[in-house]
Amino acid sequence: MTKQDVIKTDAVIIGAGPVGLFAVFELGLLDIKAHLIDILDRPGGQCTELYPEKPIYDIPALPVVTGQELTDRLMEQITPFKPEFHFSQMADSLAKTEDGLWRVGTDDDTLLEAPVVIIAAGGGSFTPKKPPIKGIEEFENTSVFYAVRKMEQFRDKNILISGGGDSALDWTLNLQPIAQSVTLVHRRDEFRAAPDSVNKMRTLANDNKITLHIAEPVALNGANGQLESVRLRSKTSGEFDVVCDTMLPFYGLTMKLGPVANFGLNLHENLIPVDTEKFETNTPGIFAIGDINHYPGKLKLILSGFHEAALMAQQAFRYIHPDKKLRFQYTTSSSSLQEKLGVK
Amino acid sequence: MRITVTDQNGTEHKIDALEGWSVMEIIRDHDLNIKAECGGCLSCATCHVYVDKDWLGKLHPPRDDETDMLEAEAFAIEENSRLSCQILFTEELNGLKLTLAPGTEKDA
Ligand SMILES: Cc1cc2nc3c(=O)[nH]c(=O)nc-3n(C[C@H](O)[C@H](O)[C@H](O)COP(=O)(O)OP(=O)(O)OC[C@H]3O[C@@H](n4cnc5c(N)ncnc54)[C@H](O)[C@@H]3O)c2cc1C
Ligand code: FES
Repeated sequence: MTKQDVIKTDAVIIGAGPVGLFAVFELGLLDIKAHLIDILDRPGGQCTELYPEKPIYDIPALPVVTGQELTDRLMEQITPFKPEFHFSQMADSLAKTEDGLWRVGTDDDTLLEAPVVIIAAGGGSFTPKKPPIKGIEEFENTSVFYAVRKMEQFRDKNILISGGGDSALDWTLNLQPIAQSVTLVHRRDEFRAAPDSVNKMRTLANDNKITLHIAEPVALNGANGQLESVRLRSKTSGEFDVVCDTMLPFYGLTMKLGPVANFGLNLHENLIPVDTEKFETNTPGIFAIGDINHYPGKLKLILSGFHEAALMAQQAFRYIHPDKKLRFQYTTSSSSLQEKLGVK
Repeated sequence: MRITVTDQNGTEHKIDALEGWSVMEIIRDHDLNIKAECGGCLSCATCHVYVDKDWLGKLHPPRDDETDMLEAEAFAIEENSRLSCQILFTEELNGLKLTLAPGTEKDA
């Protein structure tokens, strides 16, 4: 990696949930430009992943708003500040550079450098659920994959896909043309996926281009990380083995603290302790806001996260523009703020 | 009123139950090892429990969306699998027995 490949910015925000998004706004008012990283492929965190259609009633001045609507409105509100998003990437390293900046790396080899890093990692990164099959770890990343990054990797493979949602169906359809064989396994003969994908999958099954089993994977066979077959259990025909060299389980996502645990920050029961003046961690220049932080009286509410973002931005400003004086202004009356917002 | 919860390690806990709470909320309130990540909005299946067979008939049957979520995201489903956030505790359920299913543990 050469120096040019490193993206330099003012602030790196880990997590594009509601709190990470609003932080862009508060930072933007203070002329601080932000990049955001999220392992999900879209903004909104818990609001869009867990409850996009559910109403939220305790956002000040919005009597009712759904998780998706709140996210859409935040995205609209921060547009003037042109935040840059790095989606589908896990922030997995944090280190100090020789110039005293913070360098954040992702699992997709993006490198970002900034004077401040804001951890808005919420309940943790959304990661695939792992089926509790004995010994599955032994096969992970050699034969068992929870996500498809590069399709080519699966050319000419004998693939077993398990699950009954959109991911399972989409990858069945996408990989079937290039794989040696595809077997789809689901617990019942009903699928919670786009009707069009279900129809296409049924056609492939009827034409014997894929195999469909109504069963549950219960054991993996193989050695040295190389899968040889998967044992399935079905209600009607008992247990049987399906020969395959690759398995892709798709059982939805769950939140796990993930790599943030290895950033060398203080942790208190998987949360990051901060002060309540600046919402800074024990490491200067590293902030934690939203559901991920901990302090006496903390409430895991969107409202609290918004407040934390505003106070965090004040201190971030001092790091990023040390020679400038912080001026308290209202968006209502400050023409310079209105210019930044593009309304003037 | 009480319910008996067997955790993922096989330890039995007899805990006080409040009418009007969901069984998931009761378990969570006693700090047992249940993730219940979505707080009861049927989008996580991390509140999966096995209901003691003797009690199964006393519960209202699962709605379609509960069954859908179980099938999509829970592991090791059995005939007596339920999502505990969908079971409302009432007086009739005093003494209810259940076991926390694999995959419901909080992060270590
Ligand atoms: C069902 C439900 C209903 C709720 N209702 C309300 C309500 O009515 N009112 C209210 O105020 N709150 C409510 N909440 C809580 C609210 O959703 C949270 O407080 C809020 O989402 C926290 O926002 P956040 O930005 O801190 O974190 P999150 O929304 O959790 O977002 C964090 C993001 O960071 C990402 N991330 C974490 N680590 C990494 C990493 N290393 N690399 C890349 N990405 C990473 C995650 O993938 C995630 O997208 C509800 C929550 C649930 C589950
Ligand atoms: S708590 Fe998420 S489905 Fe019950």
